[in-house]
Order: sequence, then C-alpha cells, then structure tokens
Amino acid sequence: MSRARKCAIAGIGNTAYTRGTDKSTLELHLEASLAALADAGLTPADVDGVLPSAPAGRSADEFILNLGLKNVSFAPSAHMGGASLLSSMQSACLAVETGVASCVLVPAGRRGYSGERISTGHGVVENVQATVREFEQPYGNMGAAQWFAQAAMRHMHQYGTTSEQFGHIAVSCRANANLNPQALMHGKPMTLADHQASRMITSPFRLLDCSLESDGAGALVITSAERARSLGKGQALIAGIGESHANVPTSVTQKPDVTIVESLQVAAARAFAMSGTTVADADTVLIHEGFTWYVIAALEAIGVVKPGEGGPFVADGNIRLDGPLPVNPHGGALSEGHVSGINHVIEGVRQLRRTVEPARQVRDCANVVAVNEGNFFEGTVLVLEKGE
Amino acid sequence: MTERPMPPPNPLTTGFWDAARRRELVIQQCECGRYRHYPQLRCPECLSATWTWARVSGRGTIYTYTVTHRPFHPAWADKAPYAVATVELEEGVRMVTDLPPEDTADVRIGLPVEVFFDDQGPITLPRFRLVR
Repeated sequence: MSRARKCAIAGIGNTAYTRGTDKSTLELHLEASLAALADAGLTPADVDGVLPSAPAGRSADEFILNLGLKNVSFAPSAHMGGASLLSSMQSACLAVETGVASCVLVPAGRRGYSGERISTGHGVVENVQATVREFEQPYGNMGAAQWFAQAAMRHMHQYGTTSEQFGHIAVSCRANANLNPQALMHGKPMTLADHQASRMITSPFRLLDCSLESDGAGALVITSAERARSLGKGQALIAGIGESHANVPTSVTQKPDVTIVESLQVAAARAFAMSGTTVADADTVLIHEGFTWYVIAALEAIGVVKPGEGGPFVADGNIRLDGPLPVNPHGGALSEGHVSGINHVIEGVRQLRRTVEPARQVRDCANVVAVNEGNFFEGTVLVLEKGE
Repeated sequence: MTERPMPPPNPLTTGFWDAARRRELVIQQCECGRYRHYPQLRCPECLSATWTWARVSGRGTIYTYTVTHRPFHPAWADKAPYAVATVELEEGVRMVTDLPPEDTADVRIGLPVEVFFDDQGPITLPRFRLVR
C-alpha cells in the first residue's frame, strides 16, 4: 500500500529569528510548539507524539512537563545532525500511518548565536563526532565550515566551479530575504561584489558563503491527511519522504568522492519513489544550506543537474525567484536564519498555503522539495504537495 | 598559547598513537589485506575482526585542503591563516593534517606530501608537509 499522501503538516509555528535572545533553547521550542498547535487548531491535549531535537539537546520529558502532555505514546529522537528534522518527520509519518500516534509535534531550532554557537565550539556534540575529535580536530580541522570548504575546494578542482558561482547563490538568497520581513537579513541588500569582497573564513568560503548563526525555533504538527483536511489545514500533503545514511558516516574527508553527497542521491530516490513524482515536478526547492556550495551539491545530488553542472546552473539565474526553479524563496539559512532547517519546511507549507508575501509567492506552487544534510553527509528529502 | 584539543586515545586507537611516539606511521590492516582508517573493530568488507597495525610509507598526495583564516579554536589563534589538508596515502586511506606554515601559500590539490612527527606534550602527531 502506498504511504504517499497519507499524512500532512497540519500546523506550523515559529519564534522570531534573532541574533541575541534572553530565552533558553527550550523556551524557544515551547513557544514555537504552542504556535504550531494553535495554527492547526489543536491543543497540547491532542498531542500523542513528540519528537525532540537531538541537535538542540532536547528530550521528551521537557515537553511533557511544560506543555502538560498526558498521552504521549511515541517520542524518538533522530541523530542525523542537520538532517534530523526530516528524519523525525519520517518517523512521525510512520507513527501516524500505523496508528502508533495520531498527532505528532516536531520542534527544532537552537540558539545558534547566543547559546549553541558552532563557530565558538559550543555546538551540541553527538557521539558521531568522536572520530573527528580524535583524528581531525588535533590538526585544526575543527568544524563544519572547514569540512564543507574541503568538499567545495575539491569540487572546484574537479569541475571548475568558482567562488563567483557561490556568490550567485548568496545574492539570490539575500534578494529573497529582502522580500521577507521575518528574515534576519531583510533590509540588507547584497551584490556579487559584496560577496567577493567579504573576508575569507576558510578557503574557498568567504563570510557571505556561510549561513547565519541565529537564535530561533520552529515546530510542525503532523497528522493524517484526513484529519488535517478536517481542521482546514490540508494544504501541505506529505507526498514523499526519504532518508539515507552515509556509507562513511563519521567524517567528510573519508568520502570516496567528497564532491558528491551520495546519501542525498539515495534519499531523493526514496522520496521520489514514494511520491511518484520527479525532481522535474518541483516548483521550488528548499535546501537547508550551511554554506553556499551545499546548494550546488544538493541540486546535483537530487538530480536537477548532473554532477559538476551546478555552478553554471546557479550562475545563469536558474535558482532566482524569477528563474525556472526558485531555491529558498525565504532566503534560506544564508539570509533568513539558521533554524536547523525547519524554517525551510515552514516556508514550503506557506508557499502551498499561499500565505507568503505576494512578492515572493512561487507562481502556481503545487510541489515543493525540501532537502536536509546533516552530520557528515547524511541525507533526507521531503516532497510536499498542495492538498485541499 | 592554548594547546591543541587532544582527546585521550581509546583501546582501539592507542596503537596508532603509540607508533607515532616511535616515529612510525601505522594503519590498521585486515587479514584480508585491506587497509582501513579511521580505526574500527571489524573490516566492513570481509567482516573479519583480525587485523594488525601495518607500517605504511608516509607518502601521499593532497586530496583537498582549506586555508583557514578565522581560527575556530584558541590553539590556532596565533597561527592563522593555516592550511588543513586531507592527504591520500599511497596505501589508499586518507588522513587529515595541518601543514607547516611554510606550505600555506603553496598548497594545491595533487601535490606530493610526506609524513613528519610533531611532539605535542604527551602525544605525538603524525603530520604531513609538501615534498620539496
């Protein structure tokens, strides 16, 4: 029996995205969760599943105690770093489809500026990083910027990809953010020259190749498609979802070909097999991008272009809001905020509901593909379709 | 000057660091002949748990690299910019190294490198430098 379109995102909610907050990460998650439940027309009494975000250091007991959840039957956490959100969504769907749970809360996000700030070594550390801690960090290969920079450097070497092509991604995301009042970089235009003049962080990544360190959280409420429709929130059907764990999961440097996010190729194939659609059906692609290069890697991995063709593709304007395949119409982690990828999924729902600012509404948006990457090239892919 | 972050070795990895103290670069070699790095309990190909520490050439090439201008740890605060490279050994496995300062400007993908040993307190790091 097909699993496609059995579940929907019935509720979405988010806090403000800021650089600086007095709230704890848990407070942000609780605020977003209540907003998502209110959006769905539900209350904590309806929730029987809660999937805490491991990358945010959260656990089910906190939600049970603070939201008064009295009937929780399902509460696993995914451990896929930045790919955890869509992995949790897959778990939520499986629980709803099998009757283990009927209303699943999925919160995510962190204090990436004020608390769990990765560039200062304060990110939440999971066991998967033990190998890197012993064999790479003693050599100064400390964090995600350097891991992804080395992948990007090899991509440039193999395919002739350029820093200017990375710049087109940053500029496109910034232009979209300037149409989005909740984006952190709203009101701060950026040109290609600005990108090229920004200071080098770790080559080839300049400052404007890096996603924002920001504070904020979001939450999703997953129910059956039928229940979502009865709530008047059936617009975001989960048509397909796929997860794939990397074959060499504990370091980017050990990938047979570091320019290819193999797990994302497989996750996309799984998601499209479930949805019965292809990447060509996507009206917009939402890529949770730690760095500009990752947009190129993701477009290549999910089959929008062949390996090596991503650079020219983005430079030709294809991913702009007025191009044939808009990417990150909200501005993405590069310019809206880094909220562990949940802001990308929320944007997908809003695009399908037609509730974004008209200037950045993707025309006739009926199919949204969302992409997560986490840890050392773990991949998860989601296909949303417009429902009633 | 802050010291490099150095977690203690575990029973599976201690042989690697013990060898480095003796100025030897060793890699796990399965009884089926395959090298593997980083250390694991079993060979993912033949599933054997029988292996030895095999001394390797210490020669390889730069597979990829990044020159880090913004240090992400205090130990490198006064060393930036510095080059971090992923080295592919002749034996086929990859290792990460920081290159010596004189190589920062010259590092390129494909260049040959050789191992050297750098004592950092109780630990000796096998590192690599460009062959000149």
